Amino acid sequence: MNTIAVNKSFDVATVRKDFPILNVEVHGNPLVYFDNAATTQKPQQVIDTLNDYYRRYNSNVHRGVHYLSQVATDAYEEARLKVSKLLNASSSAEIIFTRGTTESINLIAFSFGEVFIHEGDEIIISTIEHHSNIVPWQLLCQRKKAVLKVIPVLDNGVLDLEAYRGLFSEHTKLVAVGHISNALGTVNPIAEMIATAHAHQVPVLIDGAQGLPHGKVDVQSLDCDFYCFSGHKMYGPTGIGGFYGRMSLLEQMPPYQSGGEMIQDVSFACTTFNEVPYKFEAGTPNIADAIGLATAIEYLEKVGWDAIAKYEQELLRYATEKLTLEGGITIIGTAPDKASLISFLIDGVHPLDAGTIIDHFGIAIRTGNHCAQPLMDRFGITGTIRASFAFYNTFEEIDRLMAAIRKVKQMFL
Amino acid sequence: MTIAEKEEQIINEFRFFDDWMDKYNYIIDLGKSLPMIDEKLKTDSNLIKGCQSRVWLNADFDGNVITFTGDSDAVITKGIANLLVRALSGHTPDEILNAELSFVDKIGLKEHLSPTRSNGLVSMIKQMKLYALAYKTKASLKS
Repeated sequence: MNTIAVNKSFDVATVRKDFPILNVEVHGNPLVYFDNAATTQKPQQVIDTLNDYYRRYNSNVHRGVHYLSQVATDAYEEARLKVSKLLNASSSAEIIFTRGTTESINLIAFSFGEVFIHEGDEIIISTIEHHSNIVPWQLLCQRKKAVLKVIPVLDNGVLDLEAYRGLFSEHTKLVAVGHISNALGTVNPIAEMIATAHAHQVPVLIDGAQGLPHGKVDVQSLDCDFYCFSGHKMYGPTGIGGFYGRMSLLEQMPPYQSGGEMIQDVSFACTTFNEVPYKFEAGTPNIADAIGLATAIEYLEKVGWDAIAKYEQELLRYATEKLTLEGGITIIGTAPDKASLISFLIDGVHPLDAGTIIDHFGIAIRTGNHCAQPLMDRFGITGTIRASFAFYNTFEEIDRLMAAIRKVKQMFL
Repeated sequence: MTIAEKEEQIINEFRFFDDWMDKYNYIIDLGKSLPMIDEKLKTDSNLIKGCQSRVWLNADFDGNVITFTGDSDAVITKGIANLLVRALSGHTPDEILNAELSFVDKIGLKEHLSPTRSNGLVSMIKQMKLYALAYKTKASLKS
């Protein structure tokens, strides 16, 4: 009985062929992978790129005069350019490669904090942040005797923008908020929030770990000052990610780590640092994975960002309706603007119990606090069940999740 | 009955199930039916915080054997905690310290004791052994 209309315009069967892992069996069932907000699967094209790099042109970048080093350097810098175009940065030098969003935020918290944060200054974050966008600021505030201020969240999972506007003072030095909540799926109105902050001359960092996987980002039209992302959440390899930083800020920020690559001249009396972005990329960078990330971006462009967004929203709508019709389910986070991610509770069943049984049906979902404990506290819960969808997921897979949920209810209630 | 004999008994009970769902239904029954701990003992000091589920463990020592009681907010965790309490409760500190608890693996629930699961059960076993060590040390100081 399927009365909910589904989008047949997206050729999911063809797309699925690009992801070899989707053929894996788990506990004797074909895998249903609904943990895409944790990490996404990799298309064959990305796997081939990594293989190709190590087989044909592995070499260290930026130092060798030899042929392979030049090929590797070109590919690595091409990857930077690819990311800069995806984010519409004004120059590829504004893209710094790191291991991912967490490292990006730590780098900025240290480096920006070193110059711009002083005793008594204030940093604004929100209740719905991932721990990675809370703890680095807490540590910075401890180091600098600065103050952390927190934007409250409304019952539907939307940030309280009125309260946000009231948090600014002459001491506010930075706003750090997520683009999309990993725990609730809420898409924050970041353009509006950036405009508010800029009206107070306060720069804004966007944690884009959950943002970039769902659509292109234009840092120039958003006018944001930092935008952090993770490659592995957008179909690229693990261990690569980075951030966009406004050049005028990057130039004023000191290096985070030191060593090779990031220096210009070294003597025992004085070391001068290389220019942006290299001053932030000490040591041999993650060359292979950066190139792999570029392939992931190419792949996403080929599938089409608009098609991806449209289909993912269909999956979200379908799952939301199915869960609502099922009854005995509480959806946590009902913002009008959501990414393809649903956090919910099966009434009367602990999320871990539900997750354990659902796993036995070969369905990968996430349970727990999603590294967002303050948010769970806000809703008076210890955790949720989270299903997060990617464009290779299907309506039939959502039906399988629903069947598993009914089994859970039978077993526990 | 020794701990090893109890472990053997549990393994035999589980031999009966050839389907994973039957096995879990049994664990769920164990988790649901048994009031394992006095509500008064569900204190913060008896709480073992897993990332995913919470476990409470209380220990009483009568000078000879330790009696454990425990609980969890997740039913499957509670069911497995119940089996661990059944195996170790009523034994001397030495017996508890030497227990291998290999039954968990043998009944196919090893994944529930992986550190990444963070359901509190790994810490619960560690805590049971710590109680045994502490009571043993205390008893040896007295004698």
